[in-house]
Parts: sequence; structure tokens; C-alpha cells
Amino acid sequence: MNFLVKSAALLAFGTMACAAQAEAILAVGYLKQAVVAPAVLSNLDPVPETLGVDGARLGQADNQSSGRFLGHSYVLDVSEVDPGGDLLAAARTLLATSPYLILDASADDILRVADLPEAQDALIFNASAQETRLRDAECRRNLFHTLPSAAMRADALMQVLMAKRFSRLALVAGEHPADRAFADALRRSAAKFGLKITGEREWRFDADMRRNASQEVPLFTQDLPEHDVLLIADETNDFGRYIAYNTWLPRPVAGSEGMVPVAWSRVVEQWGAAQLQSRFVKLAGRDMKNRDYAAWAAMRVLGEALTRTGSTDPAQLRAYILSPEFELAGFKGRPMSFRHWNGQLRQPIPLVTDRAVVMQAPVEGFLHQRSELDTLGIDLPESRCTAFKE
Amino acid sequence: MRLAVSLLALALAAPLSAEEIWVTNEKDDTISVIDVATLEVVRTIPTGERPRGITFSKDHSRVYICASDSDTVQVMDPETGEILHDLPSGEDPEQFVLHPNDRHLYIANEDDAITTVVDTETRRVIAQIDVGIEPEGMAVSPDGKIVITTSETTNMAHWIDTETRELFANTLVDSRPRHAEFVHGGTELWVSSEIGGTITVFDVASQAEKAKIAFEVRGVHPDRVQPVGFRLTADEKTAFVALGPSNHVAVVDTATYEVQDYILVGRRVWHMEFNTDKSLLFTTNGVSGDVTVIDVARREAIKTIKVGRFPWGAALRPGT
Repeated sequence: MNFLVKSAALLAFGTMACAAQAEAILAVGYLKQAVVAPAVLSNLDPVPETLGVDGARLGQADNQSSGRFLGHSYVLDVSEVDPGGDLLAAARTLLATSPYLILDASADDILRVADLPEAQDALIFNASAQETRLRDAECRRNLFHTLPSAAMRADALMQVLMAKRFSRLALVAGEHPADRAFADALRRSAAKFGLKITGEREWRFDADMRRNASQEVPLFTQDLPEHDVLLIADETNDFGRYIAYNTWLPRPVAGSEGMVPVAWSRVVEQWGAAQLQSRFVKLAGRDMKNRDYAAWAAMRVLGEALTRTGSTDPAQLRAYILSPEFELAGFKGRPMSFRHWNGQLRQPIPLVTDRAVVMQAPVEGFLHQRSELDTLGIDLPESRCTAFKE
Repeated sequence: MRLAVSLLALALAAPLSAEEIWVTNEKDDTISVIDVATLEVVRTIPTGERPRGITFSKDHSRVYICASDSDTVQVMDPETGEILHDLPSGEDPEQFVLHPNDRHLYIANEDDAITTVVDTETRRVIAQIDVGIEPEGMAVSPDGKIVITTSETTNMAHWIDTETRELFANTLVDSRPRHAEFVHGGTELWVSSEIGGTITVFDVASQAEKAKIAFEVRGVHPDRVQPVGFRLTADEKTAFVALGPSNHVAVVDTATYEVQDYILVGRRVWHMEFNTDKSLLFTTNGVSGDVTVIDVARREAIKTIKVGRFPWGAALRPGT
């Protein structure tokens, strides 16, 4: 009895201590549009079937661990649509039960869902599409992004190349739309940071590189102008793995291969990340990848918002996560928060090889009047997003 | 004559044992032992994997070490550096606190969301208490009635009644709480939040939040000012707070909760320990792999001592 009285008094103070009385249930939908993966040269690295979903599951478990002390529960409702299936119908079904939705789909599909009349008061998290346009001219008021944009990744890479004084770059890009989009991001970012792309080649081989990479790639890269680093835009992981050590000039590779800017990788171990990695491996039986991290972060954003506000109202949570009070501990050494002009989660970007973190951006010396994290991706003055203006 | 006598006294005292600071090196699996008189490393002792928390028994005849990746707490004879035995600690012990009864160790099991209570005499686990995710900071009230575990991802201080070994309160703090201490004779609880960048002060009797201490280091972005370990002077009037990757230690007035000074130390400063008369403070600097010695009265860094890779915890072994 004494205990109850004490708790009530504390609640009155607004400290939320022992708030076992404040029962709340937060349901989150996870919607995945399955796709037929584009054919690639190597079969070494199949895409895990539970990519993304496992991250959301871990986020739910992490939220639940705080929730049980506060009387908050978290429900995750996973729905997967087969290739060519009716994504919008599945989205409507999920939105009928909860305004919180994590999307694992292509950029265009994400926009279709965000534009549904049923989604107008929802909070949708993009955990799969890196297209910068979703954070720029095509942004939506109800759409948040926990995955870094291609622009953020490219800027992170350029900062590191600049810090290492690799100022002359050459670019090899694939012909897949995702490759072209990433190549565009690399070009824009090189211009932004004053690095020079001296020459480009488009990858058009249809031979099987497992047999002849050592013969083809030197010729393919032979007439590129002088450069310090060879950039590779190969976002479907098709040919990029065959470039390193086979170039005409002995040059390091970076971009989609070699040194890669990522949201997350198994090699991130500082800042308490080792604990997140081991929790994930225990749950999923595999290493945590970019989309897992983005889905985990989306769940944690909602968990943090409910914990701090005690509310499950989407308008209230939206206002809170866009406010300066919101911050998420994302195991990357700095508090993460949302850009109020486009709903992108600002976050550090590790530059990784298969075996280690090379550096993490923002790199020391890249300053910003608001947050150094805003040296990565679209900043407020250049943003063409108007949906977030109240 | 007086000189001769004191020299003689020194000569007699020296062989017994010198005053030492013991530092755990997380990525070297060793302890570096610093002689307080010479400020030099005099011994390096191998431990289990990933040693972090370190504390001595009351009479300093035993030293307890959290060997996190060996999933055990090691009990070492500080004289010989020999491991006497291991204690069952639960998985991934990170930090612990020894109850004033000198017998019960309260251990934070970082990977398991559990606080384990071990009897160091019978070497048995006597209780396991469910807490939030990634428990780390551990503190015990001076009267031994309350133990605190803070959880990094759950962002809470969990209040454990040591009689019933059950939680009686859970209080929210800012992001990633790392360390907790009872202050002012156990009437206040201080909890540092690494990502939140604050120390939350609780009134222990009501568990209500009483104050919040914020930090601001000139020329360092607020995101990098991350309070972690902290310690108080003998009179409890002043607290020294490690601010992680800002590479500074803050000096805080414990009456007004105001920051009076910032002292530049090594990189990613983590935990700290005083010498016996609390005239010197030793900070572990994880990234630079060294220990900074601070003159407490002058509030100045006076020496840097190289230790192993990623020094984490520090504990005092007084001379005899």
C-alpha cells in the first residue's frame, strides 16, 4: 500500500518512476514486399530470408525489456507480400489495426503506401530504400527514414577519402538502376567536397567473372585516367567483388566494395556495439546487416518515444520524435535524432571492410553549426522537402 | 637525524607493500599495477578475457576481477598475482559492487539483463534479479540496504532491496546510463548517462529526481561530451566526472550541482580511482591506452602513464 502511494506521488512529480499503472500497448506492423533478387555473378552471399524482420524483432525485445518496468507492451505484426502480390491491400490491413508501420519495400512502393488515404495519420518508417529523393523532393509528412540515404553514405565516403588526401577518383558503375543512383550520389558528393572524378567506365560485361576476372578487369580499367582510388557502384553485389587486386593500376577500391559506407556491419564493435551484435546473433543466428539495423532503430525510436511520453497517440509521438528532446542511443558513439526538415534519422556512418572499421564519419574536422552529423546527406538549406513544414 | 629515522622507516616499510593503483586492460587481458610513489607501472599481471570491473576485499587480501569474456569473476591474490579461484558470475560480468558485509558481490551481467548475487565465501550464486537490457553501473548504499543496477539500453536505475533481493523501484534516466554512486551519506543517488550527457541526481528516500547536471566543454561538440565514471573527494564536496570521448574530466560542486572546472586528460576517459589520502586521481583513458594522474588540490593533470590496451577499471591497493 505504502508502495502504491509512493508511486502515485512520484507520477505526480512527473518522474515516471515505477509507473506500473500506466498500462499501454504499442502495436507495430512490419510489411515486407518480397522481390525476385537480380541475378548476380557469385552465389557466395545469399540474402537472408529474414533480413530486416529480425532487426524489428530485436527492437521489440529491447523495447519490451524497458516496457515491463513501465507497464508498456510492444506487439509486432509481420506481413510479407509475394513478388507481384497486392502490397497496398496488405498495408491497409495493417494500418487498420495500428498507425505504426515499418516498410521493407522499394522506393516507389514505399511512396504508394505512404500516399494511401488510410496512411495519412500514420507513422511509417522506411527501413529499406536508400534513394535520396525520398528525403528530398518526394518526401512525405508521414514517412520517416532510419536507413541512411545514398547521399549520406556517399558523403561519409568522401569525407574519409578527403581526410586521407585521396583527391583523384575514378568510377566504375553497373547498369542496374540502384548502381546508377549510387553513382549519381558519389558524383554529387565528390563535387560537394571538392574531389575530382577523373574518369568513369560502365560495367557491361556479361561473362562469368569467377573464371576470368584476372584477365578482363586489368583491360577494363587500363585506360582510366590517373587516380588514387577506384570507386565502385555495384549495389546489387554483382561484379564489384572481382575488381580489387585486378585493376591495371594498384589502387584501393571503395564504394559498394572494398571500403564501404554502411548503416551497420558486424565489424562495428565500439560504443557498446558488441552487446547489440551478440543479442542479434543470439536471436537471428546470423550477423546483423544494414536493413536489420534500420528496422531495429525504427522499433527503438517508437519504444523510446512511448517510454518518454507515455503516449501511444501517433500525432503526439510524431511531435516528440521531431523535437530536440528526442535522442536514440544507436551504438555508434553519438546520440541519433531526426532531421526536422525531412524525417531522416541523423546517424554516424562507419566505413568498413570485411574485417574492420576503417573510420567513422562524420570525420573530425568537418564542422557544422548545428550537428556534425548534418555534414552527411541533405542539409536544411538545400532541402527540397516541403511536407515537414507545418 | 630525523631524516635518517624516516629513511629507516621507509626502508622498513618498502618491502611490505607499496601503495598501488590496479588498472584492468580490457583488450590486453592484463592488469597494470601502478606504484603511487613513483607513478610507474611496476607489474603487469595476466587475467581472464576482457577484464573490466575490479575491486578489492575490505582487508585488501583478495582482488575480484570481472573477466567478461571468460564469463567469470576471478579471485586473485594481489601479493602473488595468482588466480585463487573463479566465482560463478553469470554470463558476461561487466561491473560489480561488493556489499559492505564484505561477502556478497552484486554483479551486472551485461549480455543477460540480470544482476547476479554471489556469496564469495560459499562461492555460490544466491540470487539472480531480472533487470533491464545491458546492466552496467552498480552501486551499494553505505548502510548496505539498497543496491542499484543501471541498464544501458533500458535507460533505468533499478533499485534492489538487499533483504528481499527484489526490485522496489525503477527510475528512468537519460540515454545509456553507465555508472552510479551514493552521495552525501547515502541520501542521494547519482547516475551518469553517456549518450544523454547528464548526471541525474535522485533523492534516495523518495526515489524522486532532484537535479540534473549537464556539461559543456568549450570547443567540443555536445554529442561528444559523454559522462561515464565518477568519484567523490573524501569530504564529498567535489565530484570528478569522466566525460568519455571529450577527453576531459569535469569537477562538480556537489552542493550546487555546478561544474567548476574541466581538466584535459587522455582519450575516451572512462573510470577513475583516488590514492589513499585522495590527493591524486588516476583516470583510465581507453583509446589512448594510458592513465592520467590528476593533482586533486590543483585540479591539474600532472602525468600520463602508459598501461595496456583499452584500460577500463581502476582500484586502489593501499600500502601497508
